[in-house]
This record gives sequence, C-alpha cells and structure tokens, in this order.
Amino acid sequence: MNDMRLAERTVDTQGKPIKFSCRDVQVYYGDKHAIKDVNVDLEDKTVTAFIGPSGCGKSTFLRCLNRMNDTIDIARIEGKMILDGEDIYDRRVDPVQLRARVGMVFEKPNPFPKSIYDNVAYGPRIHGLSRNKAELDGIVEKALRGAALWNEVKDRLNETGTGLSGGQQQRLCIARAVATSPEVLLMDEPCSALDPIATSQVEELIDQLREEFSVVIVTHSMQQAARVSQKTAFFHLGNLVEYGTTDDIFTNPQDPRTESYISGKIG
Amino acid sequence: MTDAVSAGPRRVGAQGATRKSLLVADARTRRRNAAETRFKAYGIVAIAIAMLALVFLLFTIVRDGSGAFRQTFIDVPVTIDAAIVDPKGNRDQKDMAGVLTMSYGSMLEKSLETWVAQNNVQIEGLGKADYASFYSSQARATLRDMVLENPEIIGTTINVPALASSRVDGMFKGRVTAESAEIDARTSLAQFRLAEAMEEKGALTTRFNWDFVTQPDASDNRAEAAGLGVAIIGSAYMMLIVLVLALPIGVAASIYLEEFAPKNRLTDIIEVNISNLAAVPSIVFGILGLAAFINFMGLPRSAPIVGGLVLTLMTLPTIIISTRAALKAVPPSIRDAALGVGASKMQTVFHHVLPLAMPGVLTGTIIGLAQALGETAPLLLIGMVAFVTAYPSAPPEGLFEPASALPVQVYNWTQRADSAFFERASGAIIVLLAFLFAMNLVAIILRRRFERRW
Amino acid sequence: MSPFWIMVTILALALVGYILGRRRAGSSAAGDIRKLHSRPTYYGWNTAIWTALPSLLLLLVWVLAQPLIVDRAVNGNIPDSAVSDSQTRGQIMSEVQGTAFELGRAVNEGIVSQSEARALSLDDAATTEKLAAAGIEITPSAPVLEAAKDYRAFNLNASRALTGAALVLALAGLAWSLSQIKPGYRARNIVESFVRGFLILCSLLAIATTVGIVLSLVFESIRFFQLYPWQDFFFGTEWTPSFGGGSKLGMLPLLWGTLYISLIALLFAVPIGLFAAIYMSEYATPRVRGFVKPVIEVLAGIPTIVYGLFALVTVGPLIRDWIAAPAGFGNSASSVMTAGLVMGIMLIPFVSSLSDDIINAVPQSLRDGSLGLGSTPSETVRNVILPAALPGIVGAILLAASRAIGETMIVVLGAGAMARISGNPFDAMTTITVKIVGQLTGDNDFASPETLVAFALGLTLFVMTLALNIVALVIVRKYREQYE
Repeated sequence: MNDMRLAERTVDTQGKPIKFSCRDVQVYYGDKHAIKDVNVDLEDKTVTAFIGPSGCGKSTFLRCLNRMNDTIDIARIEGKMILDGEDIYDRRVDPVQLRARVGMVFEKPNPFPKSIYDNVAYGPRIHGLSRNKAELDGIVEKALRGAALWNEVKDRLNETGTGLSGGQQQRLCIARAVATSPEVLLMDEPCSALDPIATSQVEELIDQLREEFSVVIVTHSMQQAARVSQKTAFFHLGNLVEYGTTDDIFTNPQDPRTESYISGKIG
Repeated sequence: MTDAVSAGPRRVGAQGATRKSLLVADARTRRRNAAETRFKAYGIVAIAIAMLALVFLLFTIVRDGSGAFRQTFIDVPVTIDAAIVDPKGNRDQKDMAGVLTMSYGSMLEKSLETWVAQNNVQIEGLGKADYASFYSSQARATLRDMVLENPEIIGTTINVPALASSRVDGMFKGRVTAESAEIDARTSLAQFRLAEAMEEKGALTTRFNWDFVTQPDASDNRAEAAGLGVAIIGSAYMMLIVLVLALPIGVAASIYLEEFAPKNRLTDIIEVNISNLAAVPSIVFGILGLAAFINFMGLPRSAPIVGGLVLTLMTLPTIIISTRAALKAVPPSIRDAALGVGASKMQTVFHHVLPLAMPGVLTGTIIGLAQALGETAPLLLIGMVAFVTAYPSAPPEGLFEPASALPVQVYNWTQRADSAFFERASGAIIVLLAFLFAMNLVAIILRRRFERRW
Repeated sequence: MSPFWIMVTILALALVGYILGRRRAGSSAAGDIRKLHSRPTYYGWNTAIWTALPSLLLLLVWVLAQPLIVDRAVNGNIPDSAVSDSQTRGQIMSEVQGTAFELGRAVNEGIVSQSEARALSLDDAATTEKLAAAGIEITPSAPVLEAAKDYRAFNLNASRALTGAALVLALAGLAWSLSQIKPGYRARNIVESFVRGFLILCSLLAIATTVGIVLSLVFESIRFFQLYPWQDFFFGTEWTPSFGGGSKLGMLPLLWGTLYISLIALLFAVPIGLFAAIYMSEYATPRVRGFVKPVIEVLAGIPTIVYGLFALVTVGPLIRDWIAAPAGFGNSASSVMTAGLVMGIMLIPFVSSLSDDIINAVPQSLRDGSLGLGSTPSETVRNVILPAALPGIVGAILLAASRAIGETMIVVLGAGAMARISGNPFDAMTTITVKIVGQLTGDNDFASPETLVAFALGLTLFVMTLALNIVALVIVRKYREQYE
C-alpha cells in the first residue's frame, strides 16, 4: 500500500520555517493501527487544516502533537515528532512542559466551572507565568483580546464561564489556550458544536491567530478548511493521503481519493 | 469584531523571550512533578490503609474465632455404675429418670481419678474440686441422656469422649496459661498440670467441633457447649420471610414506579421516600418493629416473624433501587416491539421486560438479603437477644416461637462475663461471613452469567 | 380452624376457582377460544381473585382486630375489686392471657377435655391435679380464672365465626365470578386492574413505612414528654436513669458522644475514602481498579456487628495499651477513639464509592481541557475536578455523616456506656443509639419515662438523619442533573 500514501510533490513553503516535523508516525489503539506511517512538516505561523472522513485518524494525529494520547492507556505511538529540533516523544520530555508550548482547543467548548477570569488565568497560574496580580491581569486581558472576547466579557470577569453562549465559551477556551502563550495551537473541530454565526466569529479569530502561532485545525467541513487554512492535509483510513497548499488540494487534487472526498463521493 | 491581536512582545511574564529546551525540566516543572508524585502517593497510601484494615480485620476474626470450631474432649473410660444410675435395679425408665445429673458427674470424676491412679500421675495439690471442674457440666448431661437412651450399657465401662471445661479447653488454645490458671478461681495450677499430663498420654484430644454449628446456646458457665444451632435456624427463618415478602413486593413496587407511574407529586413523594428509607438508621426500624408489630399488633417478642417483617421493610429500598436499575436497563425498543404486536402494557412488562431484568433483580435481592442477614441493631429491640435453648419448630408455627439470630448471637456472647465466649463470638462471625460470602458469590455468578449488554 | 388453615383453604378454593373459571370460559365459547375477549387464563385468574381477595382481606382485618376487641370485652368483665395497688389492669390482663394459653395447651395435649376446661374452678381438685401432673400449673385468683375462661370462650367463638364468614365469602365470590363469565366478558382488563392495584399498593408501602416510623416515634415521644419536661430532655446535661424514679434524662451528653464519635470517624474516613476514589478514577489502570474497588467494597459488605467485635476485642485494647495508657490519657478500652476509628474504617467504602461515582460523572472534556493546557493530573484534580465535583462530594460526606450518627453496633460494643461530656477522645462515652438499645432491651415497662425516653431519642435521631439525608439527596440529585 506504499503507493497509496503521500502523493509526492513539492510543497511551496513560502519561505516559512518548519515548526513541527513528523517522521514515520504510527499510532496503535490496542490492536488497531490507527495512524500509518505519517510524514508531515507543519509550518510556523500558518493555519494547517487536517481533513478527511470521520474515523480517518486526523484527530488522533492532532492529539499526538501535544501528547494528549498519553492519557489513553491503550494508545501507543512510534516514530519521531520534532518540535523546534527536539523530539517530543523523547523520554526526557515532560508532557506538562510540552503542552504549555503546544496548546489545545477541543471540539466541545469545555470551560471550567469557574469564573471567566479564573478560566483564562488557569494556565498562567499553573505554569507560573506571572509574578504578581497586575501581570496576571495583563495576561488575562491580552488573551481575552486575542480571542476577540474582551469587549463582551470585560465587565463580568467574575461570572462563571459556563454561563456564556456556545460561541463565547469556545472563544473563552481559545483565550485560555492562548494565555499560556503557546507556539502551536491545536484545534480539534473547534466549530462543530457552534451555530453558523459563532462559527464565523471563531473562523475570523483563527485567521488572526495565525499572526502569532502555528495553528493546526481538524475539521470535517471542507468549506471551513478552504476558508481558514493555508495548508491542508487529507487523511484517509489512517494514511496521510495528500498534503499541500489549500488552494492546490481543493482545485487540483493529485490523489483519486482526495478528489472523491473533495467532490463528495466518499465521506 | 473590534478586537485585534495586539502587537508587541510575544512573550509575557517570567519566561521571557527565550524558550528553554523541552529536554530539560525546569525547576518549576520539577517542583510540580514532585507534588504530583506526592499526590499520587497519598492515593496509594489511602488505598493501602483501607486494604490493610480489611486484612487486619479478617485476620483477627479468623485468629480469634477458629478456636470455636475445635474443642477439647476427655478420652477416659467411664464405668457406668449401676448402683448410681439405677438405684432400684429394675432398669425402669421412670426411676432412672429420677436420678439427678449431679450423680453422673461423680461417675465422671471417679473415672478421672481412676485414670490418674492407673497412670501413676503425681501432681501436687490435685484435689477433688479439680476433678469436678475438669469436665464441662454439659458432659454429665450428655452421659445421662446416653444412659437413658441405651440402658444396656449400665454396668459396663465405655469409652465416650466427654466435653472438657472451657478452662481446660483454653489451655490448648493459649487462652489459659500456667500463670493465669494459678490466679483463676475456676481452675488451678494442678488442673493445668493434669491437663498437660493427660494430653501427653493421649487422654485429652482437641478435635473438630460440629456441635458449635448445630447445638443451641448454653448458659454463662458452659461456654464450651454453646453453639449456633438456634441462631442459624432463626436467621434462616427470617431470611425466608424477607425473601417471600420483599422480593414480590419490591418487584411490584419497582414495576409500578418504573413502568406505570405517572409523573406527579405522589410518585415524586414515593421516590424521595424510598431513597430516604434506604438511609434511615437501622435502629429506627427496630423501634418501628417494637411499637408497631409487638406493642400494637401483639406479635410475640423474640419471634422470627417480627424480625423478618422488620428486615423486610429495611431490605425493600435496596431491592427496589436495584430492580428499578435493572428495569431501566431494558431498552425501550423491547417494549415498543411487544406493544406493537398488540400486547397490553401489563403483558409487555410481565412477558418481556421483567424476564429480561430478572438477573439484575435477583442480584439485587441477594445483596439485600445479605445485608439483612448481618443486621443486628433492630433485632436487639424486638427481643431477639433472649436466651433461647429450644429449637423452634418447623414453619409456620416456628416463625412465632422464640429464636435467636446469627449476628445477635454474636452480640449476646460479647455480653457474657466469661471471656471464653469471645472465641465463640468470633467463631460465629466466621460462620456469618461464610454465609455472606456464599450469597455474594451467587450474586456475582448470576451477574457474570446473565449480564447482557444492549 | 386457625387463621393459617383458613388461609390455606381459601387459597385452595381460589385454585379450584382458577380451574373452573378457565373451563367455563372455554365452554361458554363452545370450545372456540377465539371468540373470547381474553385468553382463558385470564378468566381463571379473574375467578381466583374474586374468590381469594375479599375473604383474605376479611381474614386480615379480623386477625388484627380480634385481640383488641376480645381484650376490651374481657377487661370489662374483670371486676374493679380485682384491681389492687400491687397489680394494675394491664398486669392482670397478661395473667389472664397466660392462664388462657396454659388452659388451651392442656386441652390441645388432651389432658383435660374442652368441657372440663370450661367448667374448671379453683375448688375442682381433680382437674387441677391432672393439670399439675402434666406440668401445667394454673394458680390464678378466682377473677383471673373466670376472665381467662371468658377469654377462651370469646376467642373460640370468634374463630368459629371467622371460619364461617371467610369460607362463605370465598364461596360467594367464586359463585358470583363464575356466573359472570361470558365470551364478551373483559377478564383481562379486570385482572390487569387488580394487578395494577396491587402494584400501586406495594409502592405505597414505602410511604406506609415512613408513616409507621413517624407515628410510632411521635406517639410514644408525646407520652414521654407528658411524663418528663422537654426542656430537661433537650437541654439537660445529666443522664442518670434509675427505674426507681428521680431519673435525670438529659440528652446532651448522648448527643455530644454521638457527634464526637461521628466527627472522628469522618476525619478518618473522608480523606482516605476521597484519596482512594481519586486514585482509582484518575490514576489506576483498569486492572488495578478492577482489583482494588471490589476489595474495598468488601468493607461495605461486612456487617456492623463484625466491626463492633473488632472494636471490642482488638482495636480497643490496642489503643489502650499502645496509646492511651502510656500517654496517660486514660485506661478504658472502650473510647470515642476506638469507636470512631472503627466506624471510620466502615465508612471508607461508603465515601470512596460515592465519590468515585461523582468524580467519574465529571465530563472527560474538563480533564482534557486542563491537561491540554499542560497541568499535571494532580493539578487537574485539585483545580478542576474537585471544584466541579464538590457539591456531589459534600452530599456524599453528609450521607456518610448520617450513617455515622445512626450507627449502632460499633458504638454499643466500642464506645462504652458512660454518658458524659468530655474532650478527651480516649474517654469512654456513649451515644444516642447506645442508649436506645440500653433502654429498650430486656423487659420494658412502657409506662415509665426511663423506657419511653428511648422513643424520644429515636425521634431525635430520626429527625437528625432525615435532615442530613434530604439535604444530601437534593445536593447529589442537582449535581447529577448538571452533568446529564
């Protein structure tokens, strides 16, 4: 099945440095081989979209990037994932430190049952990013501004985060992730639980986040991938089928499977 | 969207502009990981404490109680003296029944004296009283019953194992030592030495003791003869009542609440009531039993029927809660299918839903029964602590006759003056735990065997 | 016939009714059961129910009412002259019942004939001798003997009347329901309404139990407060009951002991149970969890009497010999510490399995959110899971507290019987439950405050635990709904 894998072609990196470099990544859930031989280079300050039919392994691969799969007992990962020259699966790496640099936003908004302020301040507090209250206030404000939420919540920072609307909750979760000033931001179908208006707000936000972070977003919506991403990777049955600039993938797919997916024949 | 990502320095706070390597844990991470390890250790310690407590508890019960299953017997030939047991010499049952148990005691003493003389055992200070208290007072009654039943043994010398007193028995179980024997009013150093000599010559043996499980309770100075027979029957009767009443009532109530009850205030009240009853202290149920069943309805005290009724009321919430869970686990598609072919709601429930829920119902019932079997406090209040030595007759009359119960018997024995009864109490707990273990095993097997995943 | 045999007869009749009903349904449809409204079984059941139910109800009511009515009638026949200072009416009545019982036994064993028993008088030397020879001693005063004979006569007549009435009713039900059977008769609907009625009745039993508990506690407590001032009970600091009179029945020392022991038990059980639950739900591998969880739950299955004996025989002496005595805190094996510690062990599985459920109900997405930000599992537990689970855990602790307050056997055997208010945990103290057991075991005189106080204590206990339970259940329910 080797020929079925990545369609070889040169990808225009537009001169941006590589942030994450993955080589021969395999993921097993118990006996199930969930990710097969994935090689991919993710660029800094770029939105990369992972697309593919459900169960294709795109979320699994995303969760490998900040070792969230460590929390699943039966998951086993092989291969190398190099973040800025360091393998994140090296034995010396503490996943706690890694996750401070590679933040994550989940499918369902999951604000903690605490105040809005405490939600955003949670990361900076546990990682000790501030020396005093004033500095923490600054971080929280900056993160909330970064998540385009500041104007909506600045007067009720002490209200509980679960009281916000769905779109606000998801932006709060993004703010929470941004507050630890990560380098990479992983987003696992961040809009699937949101209504269209909230979705467009979050998409707009993702576009802005690209100025500061490398963003990797898993989405089941091709339109969304086309709207927000510069690079797109198509996964199918655990294989990375095709990877390239979003324009290329959508207008000129090389692999027949990609084409079928894009044109809606499989999914 | 008026917010914009503000420009400016990317890194905020202490970490500054440079990233540290992932391969080296910084001081803060090390500190956090140490806290993590400590926290995890607390959890392990907590689990260890809980498990150690369990092991220690079971260990002490087995250590203290296993002795109750072994008993010391005196294997010395006894001559059944016709002059004593049948003074008129006519072998007439009536006349022989007139001979007091006391006289049989003297025969036993004499046999022991003879044995001592024959075996040339020399013990300083060995007196008549030591011979007398060597035997359990149960031994002479047993001998008397034996003679009355088989008059042909009169005049012969027979070898019957006779029950030794609890002090002599204690010498072989480490309860009585030479030091303690010297200061104990109910034994003596001489008796201790005699027991040692007899054991050496094989005239004293300790063997497995079925009587502990079958015989009734015995009075204060006969710890060695006390058994669990009446208590086991009493507990069995109560379990029978609980099973016969609580299972159908519990299942009926659950079916109504789960399948038929409209969502209204009354249903709500019933549900809250059931959860509350499950948490009402058991002793309160005892007060209910005393006031309602004994004082108001005039049922007899100490009777299994009252105990059974009280335990039924206590067990019902448990059974209802587990039955409802079992009914809830049957998927609605089954109900729809039966209703769809024209079965009535009642037929649907009784023909389809209930049979499918039955393993869960039975598991819950057994667990409820096990709880009821171990319950003590309410039974104390309805008079089951009474000293009962007569076996109750077969049901239904037996349900109204005085009986004891296993856990109450344990309590009863802890209240006796003689510490020899503590061994009996622990032994009774071993029996109780064995029953509970067996019941839970059945429940687990039922669950494993019939568990269904939808 | 005794009620038991009446019941058996009625049930036999019901069986006959079942068979006849089925058969009649079949014949009414001329053998073609498709013409029937319901399946033949339902006609059988219908007849059986009409046969058994009314007569069994009559039997039940009669059996419950008969002693009350007979007692009253006999009581009315006892002349006032027979009541003296040394013997109350109640005592005479129990003597009457005893005598009647012995007489009945004599008749049953064939020692005297029914007519001899009826004619028995104290001058009748021949019969009394016959009775004495059989080991039945009847030595009452003349009025008691007369009353006893009355009592027997009443009961005999009553049970004859009952037999007749019950059987007639059963047969009438049988005949009537058979006469109703026609092909169009909706037997199934009728049977199902009866079953439904039975189901409702069974679920109402829960309410009846609660009502029974409340009534039995409240009535006797009112009688107690008529004999003993309530202020002295609730605010008295001295507990010295004496059946000769002049008792001091202040509840506070008992309440103190109860709360002190419960506090120690909770201080022991809550951290251990909570940490065990956290470890099992957040750290343990499925294998470890599959082993540890059932083992800890064994602790919950052990009857409290076992813990009581453990406290009495093992833990008490250990604490006395290794801690209390060397440190000079006291010399008592039974102590607040002993009972509290052992009760704590008992509560561990209670706290841990409830907390385990509650912690597991916290959605995984919150854990992911926290871990995804780079917090360690323990930080996740402390900062996210515990705050989210807090209401549920508080509910669990309240339930555990209610259990501790109502626990009886451990304190009966482990805490001692000394009613006192002291701060030293190595002192023997006593609790409400211990005193309920103490005042109600053995022979009771239900007219003395020393016995009746147990009901007031029971009421206090019931109210305390009920309040805790309701608050806890409401909290836990709310909590569950939040994450459902």
